[in-house]
Amino acid sequence: MAWEIVVGIETHAQLLTHSKIFSGASTAFGAEPNTQACAVDIALPGVLPVLNAQAVELAVRLGIAVGGKISRKSIFARKNYFYPDLPKGYQISQYEIPVVQGGSLKIVLPEGEKTIRLTRAHLEEDAGKSLHEDFQGMTGIDLNRAGTPLLEIVTEPDMRGAKEAVAYARALHSLVRWIGICDGNMQEGSFRCDANVSVRKVGSNELGTRCEIKNLNSFLFMEQAIVFEASRQIEVLESGGKIQQETRLFDTEIGETRAMRSKEDAQDYRYFPDPDLLPLVISEKEINRIGSELPEGPESVRKRFVDEYHFSMEMAFVLTLDRVRAEHFDAFWKQLLELTANVDPIARVQAANFAMMEIGAAMGRLGIAVEEILPDRLAVLIARVLDNTISHRIAKEVFSAMLAGEGAPDEIIEKRGLKQISDSGAIGKIVDEVLAANAKQVEDYRSGKEKAFNSLVGQVMKRSQGKANPAQVNEILRRKLKAT
Amino acid sequence: MLNSTVTELSDALAARKISSVELTRLFLDRIKGLNGRLNAFITVDEERSLAQARVADERRSGGRAGRLTGIPVAHKDIFCTRGIRTTCGSKMLATFKSPYDAHVIERFNAAGAVLLGKTNMDEFAMGSSNETSHFGPVRNPWDLDRVPGGSSGGSAAAVAARMAPAATGTDTGGSIRQPAALSGVSGLKPTYGVVSRYGMIAFASSLDQGGPLAKSAADLALLMNAMAGFDARDSTSLERPAEDYTRSLNDSLQGLRIGLPKEYFADGVDADVLARVSEAVRWFEGHGAKTVAITLPNTGLAVPVYYVIAPAEASSNLSRFDGVRYGHRAKEYTDLNDMYRRTRAEGFGAEVKRRILIGTYVLSHGYYDAYYLQAQKVRRLIAKDFTEAFARCDLIMGPTSPSTAFALGAKTDDPVQMYLNDIFTIPAPLAGLPGLSIPCGFDAKGLPVGLQIMGNYFAEAKMLGAAHRYQQATDWHLRAPKEAQL
Repeated sequence: MAWEIVVGIETHAQLLTHSKIFSGASTAFGAEPNTQACAVDIALPGVLPVLNAQAVELAVRLGIAVGGKISRKSIFARKNYFYPDLPKGYQISQYEIPVVQGGSLKIVLPEGEKTIRLTRAHLEEDAGKSLHEDFQGMTGIDLNRAGTPLLEIVTEPDMRGAKEAVAYARALHSLVRWIGICDGNMQEGSFRCDANVSVRKVGSNELGTRCEIKNLNSFLFMEQAIVFEASRQIEVLESGGKIQQETRLFDTEIGETRAMRSKEDAQDYRYFPDPDLLPLVISEKEINRIGSELPEGPESVRKRFVDEYHFSMEMAFVLTLDRVRAEHFDAFWKQLLELTANVDPIARVQAANFAMMEIGAAMGRLGIAVEEILPDRLAVLIARVLDNTISHRIAKEVFSAMLAGEGAPDEIIEKRGLKQISDSGAIGKIVDEVLAANAKQVEDYRSGKEKAFNSLVGQVMKRSQGKANPAQVNEILRRKLKAT
Repeated sequence: MLNSTVTELSDALAARKISSVELTRLFLDRIKGLNGRLNAFITVDEERSLAQARVADERRSGGRAGRLTGIPVAHKDIFCTRGIRTTCGSKMLATFKSPYDAHVIERFNAAGAVLLGKTNMDEFAMGSSNETSHFGPVRNPWDLDRVPGGSSGGSAAAVAARMAPAATGTDTGGSIRQPAALSGVSGLKPTYGVVSRYGMIAFASSLDQGGPLAKSAADLALLMNAMAGFDARDSTSLERPAEDYTRSLNDSLQGLRIGLPKEYFADGVDADVLARVSEAVRWFEGHGAKTVAITLPNTGLAVPVYYVIAPAEASSNLSRFDGVRYGHRAKEYTDLNDMYRRTRAEGFGAEVKRRILIGTYVLSHGYYDAYYLQAQKVRRLIAKDFTEAFARCDLIMGPTSPSTAFALGAKTDDPVQMYLNDIFTIPAPLAGLPGLSIPCGFDAKGLPVGLQIMGNYFAEAKMLGAAHRYQQATDWHLRAPKEAQL
C-alpha cells in the first residue's frame, strides 16, 4: 500500500530591525564576539526588556501579507531553560496569544497552485551562539545574536512530500524579502527552517507520529532531509516498528537524519506571561496604516500577470520570486503594451517570454542586477522584434550591446546596421546566389529531403548576416525552389 | 544633627550651618561606631561618599543645589550602583560590581544626594526578618536580640539608629513597610509603576516597587520627588506628569473618610498593636476624619496567592544567576550541568532555594492552572476588594504588622509563621496599590508599632499628607532607641 508524506514547516525569520527586539544593541551580522551585546543582552542583574516597535511592525506586515488575523492584544511569555548562550535562563517568546493567527500562502506546483495554511506567526528573541571550537578546553559564548528579533512562522501539516515543502519554503523566503521584513540570508542564519515530517497510508485521515528535523539551512538540504526521513519512517513502519516522536538533526555530510532528543527528554519550559512586559496592543489604525504601506504581494502580482497579461503560470511564478524583478517586468510590460498596441497578443506574450529569458540569462551569466536593464529600452527592443525590424537572434546581439552601454536599441540597430532585410528583391537576390552555389542541396531537397531546406535557409541567413526576415526567406526560398 | 529630619538637614545645608562633607562624615562615623553590632550596612566606601559630598558642596557654592543636594542617603543593596559592589544580600553576588547605575540611583545622583553606603537585606529580598542575608542578620536598634523586619531591614535599622537620615528600600510583599514598622521609622511603597525598576535586582517583577524610608512623612515626600518618574527602560514604568509629593502635606483632615477593614482588626493581632493603631485612628477622628467600617473579604487569601506568584516569578528571575557570565561560580565541576548545580547550590541560601523550588513547582506542566493561573484569578479578586473599598473611603488604616519585632531566630525554623507575618502588607502590592507605615507608639516591651495607611492608585500625596498631620501632632516618629542599648 502506498504511503503519503506529511510535512509542516516552522521557520525562524530574523527581522530586519536595526536594533534588538528588547534592547538598543545593533543586530548587524559578523561583528567581533560579544561586541554587540549590551547589559540587557547579557542579562546583568536589574536590567529589563523594552519591546522594539519596528519588530512588531514587521511582524504585522507578514500577518497582513498572508491574510492572517493580527491579534489586537498579544502576550510575551517566558520559556524557561538553562543554556549558556541563553543569558536570562529564559527566552522571551509569544506562547498562548501570538501576534499573527492563521493566514495562508499559495505555492506553485507543476500541477497548479496549492494553498498552505499557516497556524501562527509569533515574535521571539534569538539566543546567542555557543562556539565549540577549542578555547583551552572550554566553550566560547558569543552573545551578539542574543536578542535578535525573530518571527517564527508555523504552518499546518499541509505539505505532501519534500517538493511541496521546498516550494512552500521558497514561497515564504520570497515573501519575507518581498515585504522587506527579512534579508533571507540562509548562510548567515537569517532564515532557518525546521520540518515536521510524518508518514501515513494514502487515504488515512489521521496524522502519523512526527519527527522534527531541526535547522535546515538550505532548500537542497531540506529536500534531502525530508526524503531521507520519510523513507526512514516508512522502513520502520513496514518492518513492524513504531515511530518515536523526537527531534532529529540532518547530517549534511552523509545525507541522513539522526536522533537528537526524544519526547521523553523534552523539557518542561514552564511558560508564563513575562511580568516585565505589558501585553502588546496594536490598534486598528496601526494595522490599517501598515497595510496601506505594504506593496502588492507576490500572489496578487502573479494573479494579475496570469489573468490580465495572459502570462503562463510558470512565467508568472518565475517573475514573482523577487519583488524588484516583478516590478521591473511589470514596468517593461506596460511600456511594451503602449509601443505595440496593434500586435497579436499571443506574439506579444511570446516576445515577453523571450525578454524574461534574456533578463534571466544576463542576471545569471553576467551577474547584472535587474535595475541595470532599463525597462523602457527593453520594451523598445522587444517592440522592434514584434514589428519585424530585427529577428530574435539580432535582438540578443542588441541586448548585449545595450548591457555593454552602447545606448538605446534603435541607436544600436542603426549604428551596427542590424535592421532586418524585408525587401523581397534583396532577399530574392541572396536566395538566387545561395541556390546557384549549392546545387547539391537543391538536388537533395527536390528528391524529398526536407533537411536540405533548413540548410539552405541557414545559408541565406548567414549570407545576410542574420538580417534577412526569416519568414520572408522561407517563403521566397520555397517559391524559387518550386519554380526552377 | 543625627536626630534631624532630611527636611531640617536640607535647611541647615542651605543656611550653610553645615557642609555636606561634615554631614557625611558625621554619619560615616556613626556607621563606623555602630555597624559592628547592628550590621545594617554591607558596604561602605568612605572615600567615595566624601568625594560625592565635596561635589555636592561645590554645587551648592555654584548656586545649583536642590532640596536633596548634599544629603547622605543609604541604598538597599538591591539597587545597582556603578563603582561600588551590589550584592543583593547573596553569596551569588558577593563580589559583583555593576557597570551601571539603577534609575533610582541616577535620580539621587542627579539631585546631588550622597551615597552613604549599601544596606543589608534579606537575600534577594526574600525574607521578613533580615535573617536570610549572606552577610548575617541585621539587629533591631530597639532591642539587639530582635529582628528589624525585612527585607529592607538594613535600611530601616540604619534610619532608626541614626546611621542614615534616609534610605531606599524595595517592597514586594511588605519589605519597606514591615521593617519600617518593626524598627520605628516611616516607609512608603508607592503605586506599582511609579518608581522605575531598572537596575533594581528583580525578585518578583509584577510586585517589586522601590520606595523611601525616613523619619517622617515629610521626608518621604521629599525623597519621592527624587525617586519617582517615568523611565523608558522599564516597560511597566508609568508615563505620567511629574508630581510634587509634598503638595498635600498641609491639607486638612476635615471630611477625610478612613476605612477600617474588619479583617485587619481581628484575632491574631497583638493586643498592644491593636491598641496603638486604634489610638492613632481615634486621633484622626478627633481631627476631622470620619471612619467607615469596610471589609476586604479576600485578605486571608493574600498570603497563599503571594506565595504562588512571587516564587513563580522569582524562580525565573533568578535563572540568570548561573555562573556563566558573572557572580559566583563553583570552583570544581565535571560538566555544564554540574557547574550549574554546584554554582547555584553554593551561591543561594536556603530561603532563596525554597522559593525557587516552590516557583518551579507551581509553573510546572500540570500544576500551572491549579496554582499560578488560580492565584492570578484570586489576585484580581483582592484588587477588586480594594476598588470596592475605595468607593466608600479615601484611605484605609490598620496595623502594618500583626506583631512588633520578634526575637532573632524565633521564626527561622517555621517559614509559614514567617510568611504569615506579612498578612497585612501583602494585599497592597498584589493590587498594585500604595502603602505607608508610620510609627504610632510602642508596645509594653518598648518596641515600636506601625500604623499602615493605604490609598488608592496614585494617592501617595494624600497618604503622606494625612501622615504628616499626625506627625505634627505626635512625636512617635522622632523617638530614637536609647543610645546606651546600641
